[in-house]
Amino acid sequence: MTDSKYFTTTKKGEIFELKAELNSDKKEKKKEAVKKVIASMTVGKDVSALFPDVVNCMQTDNLELKKLVYLYLMNYAKSQPDMAIMAVNTFVKDCEDPNPLIRALAVRTMGCIRVDKITEYLCEPLRKCLKDEDPYVRKTAAVCVAKLHDINAQLVEDQGFLDTLKDLISDSNPMVVANAVAALSEIAESHPSSNLLDLNPQSINKLLTALNECTEWGQIFILDCLANYTPKDDREAQSICERVTPRLSHANSAVVLSAVKVLMKFMEMLSKDLDYYGTLLKKLAPPLVTLLSAEPELQYVALRNINLIVQKRPEILKHEMKVFFVKYNDPIYVKLEKLDIMIRLASQANIAQVLAELKEYATEVDVDFVRKAVRAIGRCAIKVEQSAERCVSTLLDLIQTKVNYVVQEAIVVIKDIFRKYPNKYESVIATLCENLDSLDEPEARAAMIWIVGEYAERIDNADELLESFLEGFHDESTQVQLQLLTGIVKLFLKKPTETQELVQQVLSLATQDSDNPDLRDRGYIYWRLLSTDPVAAKEVVLAEKPLISEETDLIEPTLLDELICYIGTLASVYHKPPSAFVEGGRGVVHKSLPPRTASSESAESPETAPAGAPPGEQPDVIPAQGDLLGDLLNLDLGPPVSGPPLTTSSVQMGAVDLLGGGLDSLIGGTNFVAPPTAAVPASLGAPIGSGLSDLFDLTSGVGTLSGSYVAPKAVWLPAMKAKGLEISGTFTRQVGSISMDLQLTNKALQVMTDFAIQFNRNSFGLAPAAPLQVHAPLSPNQTVEISLPLSTVGSVMKMEPLNNLQVAVKNNIDVFYFSTLYPLHILFVEDGKMDRQMFLATWKDIPNENEAQFQIRDCPLNAEAVSSKLQSSNIFTVAKRNVEGQDMLYQSLKLTNGIWVLAELRIQPGNPSCMLSLKCRAPEVSQHVYQAYETILKN
Amino acid sequence: MIHSLFLINCSGDIFLEKHWKSVVSQSVCDYFFEAQEKAADVENVPPVISTPHHYLISIYRDKLFFVSVIQTEVPPLFVIEFLHRVADTFQDYFGECSEAAIKDNVVIVYELLEEMLDNGFPLATESNILKELIKPPTILRSVVNSITGSSNVGDTLPTGQLSNIPWRRAGVKYTNNEAYFDVVEEIDAIIDKSGSTVFAEIQGVIDACIKLSGMPDLSLSFMNPRLLDDVSFHPCIRFKRWESERVLSFIPPDGNFRLISYRVSSQNLVAIPVYVKHSISFKENSSCGRFDITIGPKQNMGKTIEGITVTVHMPKVVLNMNLTTTQGSYTFDPVTKVLTWDVGKITPQKLPSLKGLVNLQSGAPKPEENPSLNIQFKIQQLAISGLKVNRLDMYGEKYKPFKGVKYVTKAGKFQVRT
Repeated sequence: MTDSKYFTTTKKGEIFELKAELNSDKKEKKKEAVKKVIASMTVGKDVSALFPDVVNCMQTDNLELKKLVYLYLMNYAKSQPDMAIMAVNTFVKDCEDPNPLIRALAVRTMGCIRVDKITEYLCEPLRKCLKDEDPYVRKTAAVCVAKLHDINAQLVEDQGFLDTLKDLISDSNPMVVANAVAALSEIAESHPSSNLLDLNPQSINKLLTALNECTEWGQIFILDCLANYTPKDDREAQSICERVTPRLSHANSAVVLSAVKVLMKFMEMLSKDLDYYGTLLKKLAPPLVTLLSAEPELQYVALRNINLIVQKRPEILKHEMKVFFVKYNDPIYVKLEKLDIMIRLASQANIAQVLAELKEYATEVDVDFVRKAVRAIGRCAIKVEQSAERCVSTLLDLIQTKVNYVVQEAIVVIKDIFRKYPNKYESVIATLCENLDSLDEPEARAAMIWIVGEYAERIDNADELLESFLEGFHDESTQVQLQLLTGIVKLFLKKPTETQELVQQVLSLATQDSDNPDLRDRGYIYWRLLSTDPVAAKEVVLAEKPLISEETDLIEPTLLDELICYIGTLASVYHKPPSAFVEGGRGVVHKSLPPRTASSESAESPETAPAGAPPGEQPDVIPAQGDLLGDLLNLDLGPPVSGPPLTTSSVQMGAVDLLGGGLDSLIGGTNFVAPPTAAVPASLGAPIGSGLSDLFDLTSGVGTLSGSYVAPKAVWLPAMKAKGLEISGTFTRQVGSISMDLQLTNKALQVMTDFAIQFNRNSFGLAPAAPLQVHAPLSPNQTVEISLPLSTVGSVMKMEPLNNLQVAVKNNIDVFYFSTLYPLHILFVEDGKMDRQMFLATWKDIPNENEAQFQIRDCPLNAEAVSSKLQSSNIFTVAKRNVEGQDMLYQSLKLTNGIWVLAELRIQPGNPSCMLSLKCRAPEVSQHVYQAYETILKN
Repeated sequence: MIHSLFLINCSGDIFLEKHWKSVVSQSVCDYFFEAQEKAADVENVPPVISTPHHYLISIYRDKLFFVSVIQTEVPPLFVIEFLHRVADTFQDYFGECSEAAIKDNVVIVYELLEEMLDNGFPLATESNILKELIKPPTILRSVVNSITGSSNVGDTLPTGQLSNIPWRRAGVKYTNNEAYFDVVEEIDAIIDKSGSTVFAEIQGVIDACIKLSGMPDLSLSFMNPRLLDDVSFHPCIRFKRWESERVLSFIPPDGNFRLISYRVSSQNLVAIPVYVKHSISFKENSSCGRFDITIGPKQNMGKTIEGITVTVHMPKVVLNMNLTTTQGSYTFDPVTKVLTWDVGKITPQKLPSLKGLVNLQSGAPKPEENPSLNIQFKIQQLAISGLKVNRLDMYGEKYKPFKGVKYVTKAGKFQVRT
């Protein structure tokens, strides 16, 4: 008899019958009944009504019966929480059983019962099991911590299970280590900031040892964990790589791909001159190719990843073109991916082979695949110039087949070929025109119209051809309409005599009869251009077009680098960073490749923020752009939240009710931003200086002019988070005016235009006094420096921290948000010198609670030097005294909003520390004023 | 990690579901069905599908879909590998991985799934360990069980579970100690119209069947190990020994397993054992065409090529085919348009051929695409790459085992374009 008997039902009512059997005295009958229950459960039938009867069977020596009851419990406990409590005693008892299998089973099942009341009882048995003498129990308990954390995170933290779990990383049994790593990684995913997997060379060493001995699945967890580590130098990176390389020969493809991820990431740190670098490159190719002989599902994931790897390091697979040739019976999703990679690998050396293959594919059956193959031929022509001629003739052959969709695709790609190689292949136009009637797809029609318009002077009947399209103008898609409009205007400019009527017809169609605003606008522009200045019109419409780039569909370098860190994951399949699609975006940490540490190349990557940067020095970027409305004007209504929530009541700065405290959290001084080099790991040698010295030159030049200290520019918005736009900047104050000096760098592949900037409301009402002026479009890899004047008359809202400034920058691509901290001394006004009497009176008047004391360390200057240095930043010395060998300086300053700050600075000759006492009616600012002192005095 | 698993048959019924965390409603599979509909062909369903709240990662094996539900970022390869392992385990336990077999053993299936994965983490996937935990069903055992009331669930901790060699259980005993190795090589090739090789490589495996008592420590050496430069190993193989001495040294699992798989790709090493002469043509504006193929031996190293079958997917407009063959038999399915020619052995004296007329739908344009020929064949006692086992030594045990090596070469994805 097979289990299918469990599915048979009687008419009497199944549940009723089962209930009777479950309560039978006969063991065998009971077991059969439970099996029937489980069988119903597997097909999604609701058998929860039998809960008490099944739980009654739990107390048994028969392990099979016990396991079956446990299976049932896991499924239904949640729907019957009160009943589930009945099972607790048995669990607790089983956790003490002499048989480790039963202990493990009990703790494992308990963790799966997602009922709050049960979790309380779980803690004690779990604690014991985590320290069990049997490793099988320990490894099961490790996973149980992750389960419990999923149900009740607070409980796990309170009970100290996380620490126990961390200890298990040093367990003597590799399987336990692997499970502990897996559990910690899962927990860390929901707590990105918790730094649970605190990796250091010792723990890395332990992981590498366990890697050799644990199961294949454990190896995946350990490798994925290793990939998050940043080695301190190239030597460490190399030694890890050496120990990971043997994993490339593993039979499990997931192990192989995780190993590839670790190697690809750490390779970044190795110098290309190293022999080992070359060896590693060679070793990477065979395992990647081997993945392609696996099942089609595995191939698909492998191909998506290879696509990334080929873009990052084409040298790895450059000789392996043939393995990507499409087989007749590959599933379509594999075919399309292979095709993509073939084009990426195409080069002068192999283009003949590739073309022969593509031509073969273009006669296949599957329409999508054929289309892509035809397009691929066009891409080859654009990528490998030497092959262009052959590609064009191949395309012409394909057009001769008259297969409708092949012809249309061919025309679309030939248009691109014309743009890439102007005045070279126009002889084929006649052939193209023959196929005009068969085109029914908008893209192909638009491409054909473009060709006719562009080469109107060579096509005798260009006007007829275009006119034929005009008949059904309103039924065309927008793409075709726009193209037709432009095409006819081009024709008119080239052959004005015979086409006047035609152009008038199209202009009136576009402007009067269309309700599409794009079309209307374009129509009006052409109309006015043509009617006011035909010469200008010619210059505009027939202007020389920029060349199209060689490679299409390339992933932006910054995104590519991030995706390389995610090899093997879903992100690598979708080619999007996890933040773009992971459910709920629960604080996904951006990953970046480690910087190369060989000193000679250090200047190359200071912008990739390495782990060595002290927290707080990185300006925080407001994450998840998706959540924020991409509307600058909305900024005031829905201020983006970064870190602490904003206080909503707006405070008038004149009234001194800035009370609210909470400034203590700022300790650690973040009001000047460290130069970017501070972020480079300490193991770097000295030669960073050269790259930055001109930065310093620039700023010191400004500094001597009228004084106020200017911090070097720091990266505020990394390119990775802003689709390739990198912004760094600093604040300056010169002769009474504040400005924000920005440096915009385009690290994307496309041109950026239409820049605009806006600030959120902030504590001191800082606002741009003029629009952001970027005169020319910013082309890729170009950098532009801009000084943006600021005013302090904007709207005011108290920020947390006080000097926090939230900025939105817009360009043609998107809106990006970041926040930065400005140094307070840019707000110190020039008339901040207080009269002596006034100073004394005010000092006395401000209550003592408002006095704050700070120590400024390592400031070996004498009183004069201090005084003059501060004065240049608008901190004025009102009086000076000498008391018991100490110099006392009494100083005053005024903020842009009229708040006075009084200071007493005590300097002891010979002692590098000096004492600063600050008194102010708004004591919140004291902390920031102190930081301004520090900054000014130390620079 | 893996949240849930649904097993779905070809007609779209969900016939088994298992949840390792909370229960996910069956309705999530609707997204899968949607994708399936779009793909038209079952084999073309994309393996990774995103839905608003979950990801579905699926494999298609033996006419069944294994669809897993994922909620967090997880390596998809890990999931796919695991799903294949599940299918392998079913195959191993029930002799076949089919809906009927799974339904017949639904309780064992459930117990297995529970044993294989805990909270989404793989627990025990080695067949040796699983079989100690849950005994495979046999007719004898079910009879014995129903009489004695004993169960088919082991109640002691499997010995291999935690040792450094999780793949082998302790206390193995055989009266006849045997170790057999099958070297199986498959040729994947694309041959173009003119008969020249576009692409060819050999996918080889060494499958072992080891029935040895105790803890034998084996080393297997080759006459020409240099052939193997792209190899994937079973975890039992000591990688360092291979790196330094090119010897496979290992303590084997008990029973059948795949020792290594390898790939030989350098073009000059891959011999192509058969050639095909073909002429397939369709006349313009007439509803017929000609079909003529002849198959013959090429670099066959003096061995007989047998088990030859040729499969051709004819264009859609083909209605029927009237062919004559000099050897074997052919069938043409007018629904799927698949022509299968079962040739058998090649005798060089008289080369097998298949020729005749093709009837096309009248009025339809002549087909643009030319069909590819898929060829299957087999050569016994030959590893086409030339790989040869030198010797097998055993350490650690005293007895003398029987040893044997078999070679076979087959066609893998071997296709000839016309």
